[in-house]
Amino acid sequence: MEYIFHITILISIYGILALAQNLVMGSAGLLTIAGAAFYGIGAYTAAILATAFGFNIFTTLIIAPIVAGLIALGIGISFARFRDDYFLLATLGFLMIFNTVVRNWENVTGGSFGIAGIPKPHIFSLTFDTPFSFLVLALIVLFIVIGICYFISRSSFGRVLNAIREDEDALKIFGYKTSTYKLMVFVIGAMLSSLGGVLLASYITFIDANLFTVNESILLWAMIILGGIAKNRGALLGALLLITIPEALRFFGFPNEIAGLMRQCIYGLLLVFLMLYRPKGILGQYKL
Amino acid sequence: MKNILETKELIKSFGGVHAVDHLSVNIQEGQITGLVGPNGSGKTTLINLLSGFSLHDGGSVFFGGAERKKITPWENQIYNITRTFQQIKLFDQMSVLDNILVIITERNPFLALFERHSKYHISQAEDILKQVDLFEKRFHNAGELSYGQKKLLEIGRVLAMDTKIILFDEPFAGLFPEIIKKIENIIKALKQEGKTIVLVEHNMNIIRNLCDHLIVMDAGKLLAEGHPEKVLTERVVLEAYLGE
Ligand SMILES: Nc1ncnc2c1ncn2[C@@H]1O[C@H](COP(=O)(O)OP(=O)(O)OP(=O)(O)O)[C@@H](O)[C@H]1O
Ligand SMILES: [Mg+2]
Repeated sequence: MEYIFHITILISIYGILALAQNLVMGSAGLLTIAGAAFYGIGAYTAAILATAFGFNIFTTLIIAPIVAGLIALGIGISFARFRDDYFLLATLGFLMIFNTVVRNWENVTGGSFGIAGIPKPHIFSLTFDTPFSFLVLALIVLFIVIGICYFISRSSFGRVLNAIREDEDALKIFGYKTSTYKLMVFVIGAMLSSLGGVLLASYITFIDANLFTVNESILLWAMIILGGIAKNRGALLGALLLITIPEALRFFGFPNEIAGLMRQCIYGLLLVFLMLYRPKGILGQYKL
Repeated sequence: MKNILETKELIKSFGGVHAVDHLSVNIQEGQITGLVGPNGSGKTTLINLLSGFSLHDGGSVFFGGAERKKITPWENQIYNITRTFQQIKLFDQMSVLDNILVIITERNPFLALFERHSKYHISQAEDILKQVDLFEKRFHNAGELSYGQKKLLEIGRVLAMDTKIILFDEPFAGLFPEIIKKIENIIKALKQEGKTIVLVEHNMNIIRNLCDHLIVMDAGKLLAEGHPEKVLTERVVLEAYLGE
């Protein structure tokens, strides 16, 4: 049972990340690979505030999105000139800078030792230290994020994002300042991603820079592409499948290292097959 | 009659090509102004400059007598201007209905976040789709439409924008007579409403039928202008079309 809770917590965390990735990349068509950076910014904000300054994790659930949002605002403004693959490269650069800073700024991030002893959230006399209680918390955050994503995708704002993905130049002609929309969705996506980071830090109680590499961002890409671009349900399905499939492999008795390698191969193969036979993903209606 | 839109010595070059070359033209309010010229004479480039799709290199553009130094497309609504595209540019993976809704809903991103399309928006969009015979197709993606239907949806977006000035870049190109008739009627109705229209078109029958005034461009320059019947008999114009 504990194991199922564990898997479900992971699915919730990745569900949040995939929804955020989908909002930015699926709905608005902004090719970003910085997902892992904002996930990491959330995790480190929570870890540093909780271990060095004694903050409650609940408080960091509020502060981390603000920190991630402000950083995304700065990044978004400086990358505003870039489009498509240039934007992609710029976000990759940002992720690499984030990783280098985290690895080397030992006083603050613990460098390659990471940060250990991150507490569980507590409120009054209640501590979310059992797998079940943490699962409840993770699900609550997930449902808030789902709510936000549906709120956006069903608003006029969401329709504008889709039109930006389809033809930004044409949309501008009809009186839209598309740069503001893109900046806003980038910031919102970063804020949502950071929530996943806070949950992760508090759940596994130890974080280091290896958790937030480009592989992690690629996994998020795989999730939304597999589930179906621009569909909130697709992002959730993608997270569910790409967390459970590798776990199932381990369950069938493959040793850990081999399961890990197979996992990489399966992601790769899945992406290739999807692009060949179902480029819109399982639930999707859209291509990038 | 007022000069609602005017260019003075307008210039746009691409490398060595002078696509629009010291062009000075007046567009009169409430009229249909035809814009003709051989392929590559700079008609689309002019439309692009007037709509902020690309920026001019020199000269000036006046809206209602006031110069617009830098034409930024997101201000087109304020300046009451819209256009169609010769190379169709629809939002392909969105429904036909959404292609119209996005034109009539909130522009401010903060307000747009809290706006859901209302019955009012839907019925307004459906009315427009009925005018361009696309009501039945409203739940199809724009990308699935036939060429003629795509051209009609481009017109639908212009109707949805409801601006005073409308620039049509070859709205009739490649269409069957039936649809041509349909679009001619729409353009006539727009004129009745008092809109100012610029119409790029190669078919001289359509030009004669619709236009009050004709501007002929060649190699980015103004070749001739005036009443269509008169201009179309001028020797320079015939030569430009028929070659030396
Ligand atoms: N983006 C661009 N880059 C380079 N050259 C361009 C560009 N746009 C237009 N041109 C050139 O500018 C000139 C004018 O082109 P434009 O499209 O305005 O002509 P047009 O009158 O609309 O022709 P058509 O009747 O074929 O539509 C052409 O020589 C064209 O090759
Ligand atoms: Mg043209």
